[in-house]
Amino acid sequence: MLELRSVYYRYPGYARQVLLDVNLRLDDGQIVGLVGPNEAGKSTLCLVASGLAPASVGGVLGGEVLVDGTVMAGLPTHELATRVGIVFQNPNTQRSGVSGTVFEEIALGPVNLGLPVGETVERTRWAMATLRIEALADRNPMRLSGGQAQLVAIASILAMRPRHLVLDEPTAQLDPEGSRLVGDALRALAGTGTALLIAEHKVDLLDTICDRLIVIDAGRIVLDDRAPAAFESPVLEAAGVEAPSRIRLGRALAARGITIPEGALA
Amino acid sequence: MSGAPGSAGDGPPVIRCEGLVHVYPGGVRAVDGVDLEIRAGERVAIIGQNGSGKTSLVLHWNGLLRPTEGLVLIDGADAAERRVAQLARTVGIEFQDPDRQIFAGRCRTEVAFGARNAGLRGGALEAAVDGALEAVGLTDAADTNPYDLGYSRRKLLALAGILAMGTPVVVLDEPTTGQDARGVARIQQVVADLADAGRTVVTISHDMRFVAETFDRVVVMGTGKVLLDGTSAQVFAEAAWPTLHSTFLEPPVASRVGARLRVGSTPTESALVDVLTGRT
Repeated sequence: MLELRSVYYRYPGYARQVLLDVNLRLDDGQIVGLVGPNEAGKSTLCLVASGLAPASVGGVLGGEVLVDGTVMAGLPTHELATRVGIVFQNPNTQRSGVSGTVFEEIALGPVNLGLPVGETVERTRWAMATLRIEALADRNPMRLSGGQAQLVAIASILAMRPRHLVLDEPTAQLDPEGSRLVGDALRALAGTGTALLIAEHKVDLLDTICDRLIVIDAGRIVLDDRAPAAFESPVLEAAGVEAPSRIRLGRALAARGITIPEGALA
Repeated sequence: MSGAPGSAGDGPPVIRCEGLVHVYPGGVRAVDGVDLEIRAGERVAIIGQNGSGKTSLVLHWNGLLRPTEGLVLIDGADAAERRVAQLARTVGIEFQDPDRQIFAGRCRTEVAFGARNAGLRGGALEAAVDGALEAVGLTDAADTNPYDLGYSRRKLLALAGILAMGTPVVVLDEPTTGQDARGVARIQQVVADLADAGRTVVTISHDMRFVAETFDRVVVMGTGKVLLDGTSAQVFAEAAWPTLHSTFLEPPVASRVGARLRVGSTPTESALVDVLTGRT
């Protein structure tokens, strides 16, 4: 379980608080979606929830972030890294730069966890198979397309099987099938008890995988509710976030008095 | 299937690829025999799975990549005989990753860089920069450091830098990545304004709804080849779905609903609502 208790945060050198009184709980085995307009604080919340801010990024944190009941601020970086994983928006931020092949890049996480060779290889193969990137195994990680690099970044984290995982727009550069595979993989990970927080603009994807939805606007959480009901909330539109296609289309048709067979929008 | 009927596709060809092949060092055959013609004023979206060669294809248009085989003609002239700086006056490319593009300490300086290289000076340069910042909604951030902006606004800044160059052809590589609904609407407006000004707009995108709503013509790529080329109604029609699936794509939600209701190819939500309204 990952918990934020009345968290405030500001970046080093800035007076402005980017997160304001954020309370949030990620339960084991649950996927929580995080949406909000540009610059609402989604990426910052990801950095704080994963412990990278303030530990690595600097800045000033108010309130508490707890991982399985332990205050994060007291944990050494190497221990924190084994408890909470993060996938960044830009895969280039994540690439280790030391691996010659995609296989080595993905195996790096399990190796750093000190896992035996057999398990490292097994997990690496599993992560690649899950995202169907086996064909990239021998490729140079520096010479991938944007979407391929993103899949490799996600596979690298999957192979570590973190208990808690924070993802900042993990599918931004992926083709529709790739997005779906990532969604399936995250659902499977949640099935093993991992708690996940996913910041995404693709509400249709969140609509299919989330247990709960959080809306953040100007640094504050303005909605925290169970899915799928949360996707119907007027709070989304007020914050400049679109409802999923099925809901938007349903409303557009209803406004014109058109009824269509149930399930046609699912 | 060819260019969209009734769209602004009857201008002279601005981009022409003939048997274009690109093999990267190491042997990856990213572009594998592409024949493609884009006419002045067209709005073209290139879609296809990750690694299908979309970005590699467009990088030939401003000379950042050179063909392994085949020919690239820009405004009718062989690109091989022109330098990157010359080609960049015709084709402006917004990169997928804005941080590959941004380097200046002020947004205004960043946006002015490409325009200055394109030969603009004095009042014309100022006007181009102001216009581009306004188009992407960053007028207020003109004197800010680009790295104080979040990712979504850095993407818009990179777009402004390309707009200010005033190139006849504008290429947007994944422009909607990281944008909220308002950001996507802003980009759609930018594309419409460019088209109204007679400029050619090409995008690479995985956002099928954005593609269907904003572009006249859709080119589908898979493993370095062009698989489909037509209007969004043609490319997203049910008959084409097996081809789309073969390159990891899915039709927009409106297409799927339209097919389920058997009302024909409705790639946009407005097309779907229109056809259903006509029936009731």
